Amino acid sequence: MSNPPELRYTESHEWVRTQPDGSVLVGITDFAQDALGDLVFVDLPQVGKTFVAGQAIAVVESVKAASDIYAPVGGTVTGVNEALKDAPEKVNRDAFGAWLFRMQPQDIGDVGRLLDAAGYQTQLDSVK
Amino acid sequence: MLKRTVLFDTHRAAGAKMVDFGGWEMPLHYGSQIEEHLAVRAGCGMFDVSHMRVIDVAGAQALRALQLLLANDAGRLVPGKALYSCMLREDGGVLDDLIVYRVDQGAVAYRLVVNAGTADRDLAWMQQVRQERGFDCEFRDRTDLALIAVQGPYARARLVRAVADLGAVVETLGVFCAQALDRWFIARTGYTGEDGFEIALPSAQAVELWQALAAVGVAACGLGARDTLRLEAGMNLYGAEMDESVTPLESGLAWTVDLRTAREFIGRSALERQRAAPHLRQLLGLKLLDRGVLRSHQSVATAQGPGQVTSGTFGPTVGCSIALARVPSGVAPKDEVSVSLRSGAARAVVCRPPFVRNGRVLA
Repeated sequence: MSNPPELRYTESHEWVRTQPDGSVLVGITDFAQDALGDLVFVDLPQVGKTFVAGQAIAVVESVKAASDIYAPVGGTVTGVNEALKDAPEKVNRDAFGAWLFRMQPQDIGDVGRLLDAAGYQTQLDSVK
Repeated sequence: MLKRTVLFDTHRAAGAKMVDFGGWEMPLHYGSQIEEHLAVRAGCGMFDVSHMRVIDVAGAQALRALQLLLANDAGRLVPGKALYSCMLREDGGVLDDLIVYRVDQGAVAYRLVVNAGTADRDLAWMQQVRQERGFDCEFRDRTDLALIAVQGPYARARLVRAVADLGAVVETLGVFCAQALDRWFIARTGYTGEDGFEIALPSAQAVELWQALAAVGVAACGLGARDTLRLEAGMNLYGAEMDESVTPLESGLAWTVDLRTAREFIGRSALERQRAAPHLRQLLGLKLLDRGVLRSHQSVATAQGPGQVTSGTFGPTVGCSIALARVPSGVAPKDEVSVSLRSGAARAVVCRPPFVRNGRVLA
């Protein structure tokens, strides 16, 4: 699956979608879900908590292993995708649709400094 | 360089995700590990287990050698019957777990199937013991064979439909029995908690069998599903539940150790000393009550002291996270314990494995 051009990406395989209100939705890329295998559990952050960029913010666990999810930018968690608690497999089915949590970035400019789709693809190609 | 089975290209063509498993490049899954798991519980799946090693034991003193080498008594086997056993060090530590079949085919009296990662060490150990004791027997390394497991409630029907010539054998073979048919060896054994067969055959014929099974709707399954199926079935994995640092008595395998007869076997005196000592650790099952996933090496807090998870995963048929754990004596089914998960402490209930047998959730 190709990486949607309207999203921003991290080297640790999170995607970031900017919303009209300036908040961002964060999920994991299709590459990440494929590498993890069937997801069976997600541990989402507490709403209201503040994280710095690169800090471990959530955990996704597959049949194979547990994997940390990192805050792509600094900011405050303003929502989590409750539907994933009972149906983590939604991430496998639609990685770019099934967001994990919503953040209000401290500095919206940080989002623009993340990888774009082409940059992320270059990173994927370089490790293959 | 990782070793590959004769089915490697077939797996790749089917879109398998390949992983390093004990030095072998093996299929982890072909798309969805959970779907493969459920296919075996509800229908039929097949596994390439050619990385496991077949060792034939030939010669006049084959039985004497096996009776010394194995903790279970191969002397109990009638022709065509299989037995599960551990092979121990002098101090009772587990070198490997294996299945021994009595075959009585020409000079070959017994056939062993051992784990991939321990096969070379097993062979060296068996040769050493044979030499020291001067047994008149021979261990034949059968790397020329491939192994395919066909598992699930429809295994018998699908196998007959895929290979009509197997009908007579497959229809009559009893549980934990095996029979040779030309150069094939068909055993009604498995590692899933379901009915099924394990077939050893010349490598050159493996792709053809695999494709014939696929053509009648048998789902290709990877080692990922094999692991969740065996864990739900409450079966041990060498390297997880046991290794050289523990004995069968602490690994839920006392039933596979023959201490009733006077037979001498390597590790016996250590096991007898351990059995006489109090507070033997035990291997029991855990079901997670809170959210999260149990994983190997997580610590378990019980009223009787600390324990440790040996294997943990999400059990697709059970519908929650399950584990095997080594816990202090006195811990009993229905006890509530606390496990240190990645996300913090969580409650789990102790149960006696298996969790699932023949498609039914038991624990």
